[in-house]
Amino acid sequence: MAENILEIKNVIKNYANHRALDDVSLTVPKGTIYGLLGPNGAGKTSLIRIVNQITGPDGGTILFDGHPLAEKNIYDIGYLPEERGLYKKMKVGEQLLYLARLKGLSKDAAMEKLKEWFIKFDIKTWWEKPIEDLSKGMQQKIQFVATVLHQPKLIILDEPFSGFDPINATLIKDEILELKEKGSTIIFSTHRMESVEELCDYIALINKSKKVLEGKKLDIKEQFKSNTYTLEYFGEELVSTPNFTILQEEAQLDGSKTTILKAEEGRVGNDLLKDIVEKVNIRAFKEDVASMNDVFIKAVNQSN
Amino acid sequence: MNNILLIIQREYVTRVKKKSFIIMTIVGPLLMTLMYAGVIWAAISSVNQKKIEVLDESHLFEGKFKTTPEFIYEFKNDDIEKLKSGLKGSQYDALVFIPENILEAPKTVKIYSEKGVTMELQGRVESAIEKEIETIKLTEAGITKSVLESAKMDVSSETISLKEGGEKKSSAAAASIIGGICAFLIYLSVFIYGAQVMRSITEEKTSRIVEILISSVKPFQLMIGKIVGVALVGLTQFGLWIVLTAGVFTIGGKIVGDKLMQSKDAITQSQMANLPPEAQELAKENMQVSSGMSNNIVTDIIGAADTLPIATIVVSFLFYFVGGYLLYSALFGAVGSAVDSDTDTQQFMLPITIPIIAAFMIAQVVIRDPHSNLAIWTSMIPFTSPIIMMVRIPFGVPIWQIILSVLLLIGGFMFTTWIAARIYRVGILMYGKKVTWKELGKWIFYKN
Repeated sequence: MAENILEIKNVIKNYANHRALDDVSLTVPKGTIYGLLGPNGAGKTSLIRIVNQITGPDGGTILFDGHPLAEKNIYDIGYLPEERGLYKKMKVGEQLLYLARLKGLSKDAAMEKLKEWFIKFDIKTWWEKPIEDLSKGMQQKIQFVATVLHQPKLIILDEPFSGFDPINATLIKDEILELKEKGSTIIFSTHRMESVEELCDYIALINKSKKVLEGKKLDIKEQFKSNTYTLEYFGEELVSTPNFTILQEEAQLDGSKTTILKAEEGRVGNDLLKDIVEKVNIRAFKEDVASMNDVFIKAVNQSN
Repeated sequence: MNNILLIIQREYVTRVKKKSFIIMTIVGPLLMTLMYAGVIWAAISSVNQKKIEVLDESHLFEGKFKTTPEFIYEFKNDDIEKLKSGLKGSQYDALVFIPENILEAPKTVKIYSEKGVTMELQGRVESAIEKEIETIKLTEAGITKSVLESAKMDVSSETISLKEGGEKKSSAAAASIIGGICAFLIYLSVFIYGAQVMRSITEEKTSRIVEILISSVKPFQLMIGKIVGVALVGLTQFGLWIVLTAGVFTIGGKIVGDKLMQSKDAITQSQMANLPPEAQELAKENMQVSSGMSNNIVTDIIGAADTLPIATIVVSFLFYFVGGYLLYSALFGAVGSAVDSDTDTQQFMLPITIPIIAAFMIAQVVIRDPHSNLAIWTSMIPFTSPIIMMVRIPFGVPIWQIILSVLLLIGGFMFTTWIAARIYRVGILMYGKKVTWKELGKWIFYKN
């Protein structure tokens, strides 16, 4: 058993006028939720299509579960594309059955699994409805079911939450976490940083056809932290000390002040507090953690 | 392979279950039958007997005008002015006046009528008079009637095709009819079902299900599955049409046939009643001869149809139907994958439809001369052969030509399918861009 579900090594993909992927290497560990991030047109979709064997790479190798990616692996992958649709005239049940069978399930096995999902999502009455009668959000649910029905080892979701209201988005989020519990690996491509924050264990960032960073989400956030602290206090105005410099200070209406302090090299929160605690009344003090939004913007700007 | 079968099954089942398919399958034969019934009906009802009175001052033509189901002639001996004024409101539809000096002045024959004279009546009267004058003049020149009789020979040719297996009676008419129908059906089906393939590919692309599908199956499988599925729908529809049309025809034919017999009898009886006794005998004989003749023609055609290579026609129809469809539907499919909506297909359609339409037009020429160089060449080229070869086959085509044409067609559709598959795999993922011919050309050579 390989430790990684997917190992992408030095993959290159050229289109007529440009290089969509330039020497990209990624490692997706099993049983994780892996965020694949990047600005529009960075090459995420090209990479996803290569993993799905919709197109082939011009260079590099891909290992799936320790073996070179092979045609049979399409049954081990579930893919929810960003641009997605269904046969409008076809009935929900028929359609899901068809898609499941294309993924290698027998008719009976597909039926059984479908029943579970229809009960789970409480959509039993939809079976005979044509897709065009469903709202966009309802169609998205059907597409999600189609993606995960065959219990693939690897699930690739491209903007899975677009078109969902908060209630359904939460429903899908819970399903994603449950799939992870059951042992599936999920590659998750999105522009919504708050869902990356919430769900991802690992992230990779691609910009301009190249990988910019990759690793555990927490490590990366650590790496990108600004080493600043936010302080709210009452009392006389603070001045910089050898332990910190004041970046910004703002007086609040209630007479308190909010200050952003930058710790000097090698200093931590406790060192700063020692300097402050004698001088002012502290209402709040916390370390500024880098948000995924910050990480994204910083990393992209750096690589530009 | 399993996936291709699933795709074929879906394409077939969803189409066959559609209301439009069921309606077309039922309505098609009814329309065909109605059309034929209409034509036959019109033919029967137009048999409207006309009575013609003839004033023959030369007394040369009495009894020489043949009574037919359409026209009855009565010879009168009266004053022309009186007859003319009496025509209006009489039972007669027209009055023919032959002057005394007809031999010297042949252009003085006059036909009077209230409603205008039909071409047919004019032609009949003229030819009867001409013929009689000819006889009179020949007699005057010293040629006796018996010599004349023996000089009159009824020449009608019998077409016989020489083939292995000896002489066979053949009928060019039957061959052209069958060839023409087959060619027309192939022409029609290429358009109908080719366009179906195209539209359904565009639909999959615009509804964006295609990306979900090709994460499970290869684009080539998807395309082939669709083409084969639609082909089976076409075969089913044609099969049902043939069965239903045959059924409707048998029932309809019985009704129409009865009506035909009745009206014929009625005409004969009313005709007879109006004739003097000695003329009745004559007319009866005439009727028998003429009906015997028309019966002969019908049995001739049916007999000739029997001698046509029916098995060859059926087998080759199936082959050229499928082959022609495969060749063109692949191209239609390629177009469908390259565009974003049905309305964008126009610019790519023309080069595909031109050869089909050209083939159909050439077929009109080939039907008259099925063994010309044009016919042979166009029945070899895969883009025209499905239509042209079907026109030629009922006339008998050398076996080597059929084999060569079949091989070329197989090669042809393998080639167009290959091209189409190369365009298709790129086209289905290419959104929001108006594609040019040049780009299509480039796609063919893209790597995967």
